[in-house]
Amino acid sequence: MITVDLVTLIGFLPRLMGGLVNTLLLTLMSLIFATVFGMLLAMGRVYGKAPLTTIIYAYEKIFRGVPLLVIFFLVYLGLGQIGINLLPFTAAILGLALRSSAYQAQIFRSAINSIPEGQNIAARTLGMTKTQSIIHIMIPQVLRLSIPSWSNEFTIVLKDTSIALALGVPELLRVAGQIYAIPKYFDYILPILLIVALIYFIIVLLVNKILGYLEEKYKMAGFDVSVER
Amino acid sequence: MLELKNIHKKYGDTEILKGVTFSLEKGETKVIIGPSGTGKSTLLRCINQLHPPDKGEVWLDGEEITNRDININKIRQKIGFVFQDFNLFNHLTALHNVSIGLEKVKRMEKEEAKKRAQAELKRVGLQNQADQYPAELSGGQMQRVGIARALAMDPMIILFDEPTSALDPELIGEVLEVMQSLAGKVTMLVVTHEMGFARNVADEIIFMENGYVVESGSPMRMFAHPTHKRTGEFLGKIATLYGEHKEE
Repeated sequence: MITVDLVTLIGFLPRLMGGLVNTLLLTLMSLIFATVFGMLLAMGRVYGKAPLTTIIYAYEKIFRGVPLLVIFFLVYLGLGQIGINLLPFTAAILGLALRSSAYQAQIFRSAINSIPEGQNIAARTLGMTKTQSIIHIMIPQVLRLSIPSWSNEFTIVLKDTSIALALGVPELLRVAGQIYAIPKYFDYILPILLIVALIYFIIVLLVNKILGYLEEKYKMAGFDVSVER
Repeated sequence: MLELKNIHKKYGDTEILKGVTFSLEKGETKVIIGPSGTGKSTLLRCINQLHPPDKGEVWLDGEEITNRDININKIRQKIGFVFQDFNLFNHLTALHNVSIGLEKVKRMEKEEAKKRAQAELKRVGLQNQADQYPAELSGGQMQRVGIARALAMDPMIILFDEPTSALDPELIGEVLEVMQSLAGKVTMLVVTHEMGFARNVADEIIFMENGYVVESGSPMRMFAHPTHKRTGEFLGKIATLYGEHKEE
C-alpha cells in the first residue's frame, strides 16, 4: 500500500527549488559561453582561412558527434587523470558549453551565409571598415535570424543539465534522487519525479513564451522563418 | 575631378579591362554603355577600389586613390555607389538605411543624422516611407532609398551600376526621374542600358566593348554621327529594344 501525503510532498519543494537554482545557473552560464564562442567559431569559419577553418570544422564535427555524457566524463574524469581537476559544477558548464557552441556555430554560420554579400559591399562603399560592417550590418541581422534556432538550443541545454547528475552536480534531478533515495520516502518516487517533470515543463514553456515574444519583436519584415500554412 | 588612366583588370587568366582611360569634371553626368560582360560593372568597382585594378591609376580630386597607402575607407565616403540589386540593409528602416552611414562613418549626432536622412528621403520622394523596411518597399522605392543613402554622404561623385536593370518596367521611370533631377548638381557616372536617359541627360556617352573604350562623345554626336560602325550598330539596336522613357 503506497501512502503519500501532500504536506510531506510540499515539504520537499524548498530542496527541489535549490536544485532548480543550480539547473538554471548551469543553463545560463554554459549558454553565455556557448553563444559567444559559437559566434566566434561561425565568423572564424566564414571569414577565416585554413588551417583555422579546418580546425573549427573538426571541432564542430567532434562535439556534435559525441554524447554529452561522454563529454562530461572526459572533462571531469579524463582531465582529472592528467592533473586538471575541475569541480563537478565547472566541468558540467564546460561540457555543456563545448557541445552547445558546436551547434550554435552552425546556427550562426547559416545565418551569416544567408545575408547577401551585397550588403557588406554596400556598407564598405559608405566608408565603413570591415569591422564596422560586421558589427552594424552583419551581426544585428545574424542575431535576428538566429532567434528561432537559438531558442531551440536554449531549451535543449536546459533539459540536458539533468545529465550533469552523473557528475554529482546538485541540479534538480539529482536533488530529487537524493530525496527519494531515503527509504522512508520510497513511496514518493513517482510523485517527486512527476513534480520534477512538471517543473522542467513549466520552465521550458515560460522560456519558449519569452523567446517567442522576442522572435516576434525582432523578426525582420519579409524574412519569416516560420512554417508556411 | 575623376580621372581614370589606363585601367587594366584581370579575372583569372581573362583580361576584362584592357586599358580604359577617361575623366569626369565636377557636375558632369557621363553614361557608359556597351554589351554585357565587357567590364562596365568591373570598371565601376575598380574606381572605388572594391576590386583594385591590376594596372593603371584612378585619381579623385587630385589624389591618387589606387595608391595602396591611402586610407581607402575615407576615400570611399567621397564616392557614392548605387547597386543594381539595391543592397539595402534589411534590418533597418528606410530612414535608418540612409542615416547609418552618417552616424557610424561620419560620426554625426543621431538627431542630426536623422534630420539629414529625412531630407534626402524627401528629395527622392520617399518621405512617407521613412519607417518602412526594405521588404515592404517596391523595387523602385528601394532603389530610390539606395540613391538617398548615397546622396546623404555628400559624395563628390556617385557611381550607378545598372540602377534600373533589376526593376519592373513600370518602376524604372521613377528612378530615372530622380537621377535626372540630380544631373548638373551631382557628378554621376552611370552604367546603364537606358538609352533615353543617356540621350537626354548625359553630357557624354562612353561606348565600351571588350574592355576598351570604343568611342565617346556627346549624345547628339554619338547617336547621329558615330565614328565607329560598331557604335552606330549598338546604339541603334538598343534604342529600338529599350525605347525611350521620356519624351524629348
